[in-house]
Amino acid sequence: MISVKNLKKVFGTKAAVDGVSFNVGKGEILGFLGPNGAGKSTTMRIVTGFLPPTSGEARVGEFDVEEQPVEAKRLIGYLPENAPCYSDMTVSGFLGFCGEARGLRGTKLKDAVDRAIATCFLEPVVHQSIDTLSKGYRHRTCLAQSILHDPPVLVLDEPTDGLDPNQKHEVRSLIRRMGKDKAIIFSTHILEEVEAVCTRAIIIDRGRIVANGAPEELKARAAGAGTIVLRAADRGGAALRPFLEKLEGCSAVEVIAEQPAALRLRPKDAASAEALAARVHELAAREKWKLVELRIEEGRLDDVFRSITLPDSAPGKES
Amino acid sequence: MSCCGNIWSIAKRELSGTVSSPVAYVFVVIFLLLSSFFTFMIGGFFERGQASLVSFFGWHPWLYLFLVPAVGMRMWAEERRSGTIELLLTLPITTWQAIAGKFLAYLVIIAVALLLTFPVWITVNYLGAPDNGVIFAGYIGSLLLGASYLAVTSFTSALTRNQVVSFILAVVICLFLILCGWPPVLNLLSRAVSQGFVDLVASFSFMTHFENVQRGVLDLRDIVFFVSVIVFFLFATHAVLRARRAG
Repeated sequence: MISVKNLKKVFGTKAAVDGVSFNVGKGEILGFLGPNGAGKSTTMRIVTGFLPPTSGEARVGEFDVEEQPVEAKRLIGYLPENAPCYSDMTVSGFLGFCGEARGLRGTKLKDAVDRAIATCFLEPVVHQSIDTLSKGYRHRTCLAQSILHDPPVLVLDEPTDGLDPNQKHEVRSLIRRMGKDKAIIFSTHILEEVEAVCTRAIIIDRGRIVANGAPEELKARAAGAGTIVLRAADRGGAALRPFLEKLEGCSAVEVIAEQPAALRLRPKDAASAEALAARVHELAAREKWKLVELRIEEGRLDDVFRSITLPDSAPGKES
Repeated sequence: MSCCGNIWSIAKRELSGTVSSPVAYVFVVIFLLLSSFFTFMIGGFFERGQASLVSFFGWHPWLYLFLVPAVGMRMWAEERRSGTIELLLTLPITTWQAIAGKFLAYLVIIAVALLLTFPVWITVNYLGAPDNGVIFAGYIGSLLLGASYLAVTSFTSALTRNQVVSFILAVVICLFLILCGWPPVLNLLSRAVSQGFVDLVASFSFMTHFENVQRGVLDLRDIVFFVSVIVFFLFATHAVLRARRAG
């Protein structure tokens, strides 16, 4: 549904977006990650037709956003960064205007507004003026505007920003639910959100895509991914170490804590982590260690994000 | 059809925004107060002894000079400041429809203010027998004049996110367009440049054209002038909005 090819946007002499390409199909939820100023919002603004690209193209559905902006925009629901709303309007007036501008009239308009109000839990403030709303409500009002016309494409710039944990949870499940039959792009700073919601994630840094894959794939790229952690209640770390070092497929052993023992094993390669863990388990049973924990580290998106977007920090540094 | 629908949706929103704020009321009330004050107290409506509204319309270029930029300065500046411009321009409407819708909304406010001056018209008809054709032409001219100021304001409002800057720029441009037909300015100018150029500058003045209309002469040339000014500044608005997004 969304196809972006070699997108470039230059402001003055600074390239905000520098050769970004990706595709999002129906049923996909693409998470956009990146430090502030990496070009996430700019990319989204180009996709929604707010900014023209310096070069490259963005297509939504079968329409080029540059050449057939109105047709493309019809397919898109957009939540801009900071959720701007016309603060002099009431919630229902604002949604009514957005629906009308999207060509909805009469009962269709009313149904769409009612549905959006219900979906975004806006009932208590329907007749309130937007400038009297709390940040959470204001944010959800703008979100309601983006889903009003049930668009096949949704572009959400930080949809959970400024919401409380319950509202965040609601919005996430809303995005997950809608993701089944829509193409969705959303940006966020919260990495758990990507794991919880996205089918695919893109990390963008200084205008370029530096990682692109399913959240699990990205996590496997973390420095700590695939290491084995074990804890034994009745032994000292130094005592266990020689046994573990002799295990086949183990490249390094590190003692995290001495008493009670906690050690970390690094397998020769990430794929053999499970086999190694099985051997550790056998060893422990043979030696009658009192194992209290044995697990394979999953790798954390935080670490991937940091190691990719902070080129100066030593990769593989663990927190 | 859907094009007009879109323009109307934008205009309606803009009007509802303006009507729920004091801006529109202040504009209408101040316009009515000042126009009556100038007509009757300073313009010498009674002393003239003529059944005409010359002393009424004569003040409009000066009243509009401050009031129209004041009412229209938020047109784009406010959208830009609050970020709603991003919502507006990602709706499935063209930039032209947005510009036209907003322009129309403020034009309606000016038209309402003008219509509410009907007591002046009643007064003059009660006191004498004026040529109502001339008065009608005066109203048309006044609306065109207001619309021209409004187009200038639309342009300056698109230039900045600061409403005050937009207001001042609009006043300066309108003032220039008034004064460039004023004899003292033209005399000054004629010392420096050729007569042909002076005439050219004078032909760009609101005053030259508005005076014609005021006299009851609805000349096509004057109408074309006002319409060209409006179209020019709306084009300029479009160009500015485009350029600001191109980065």
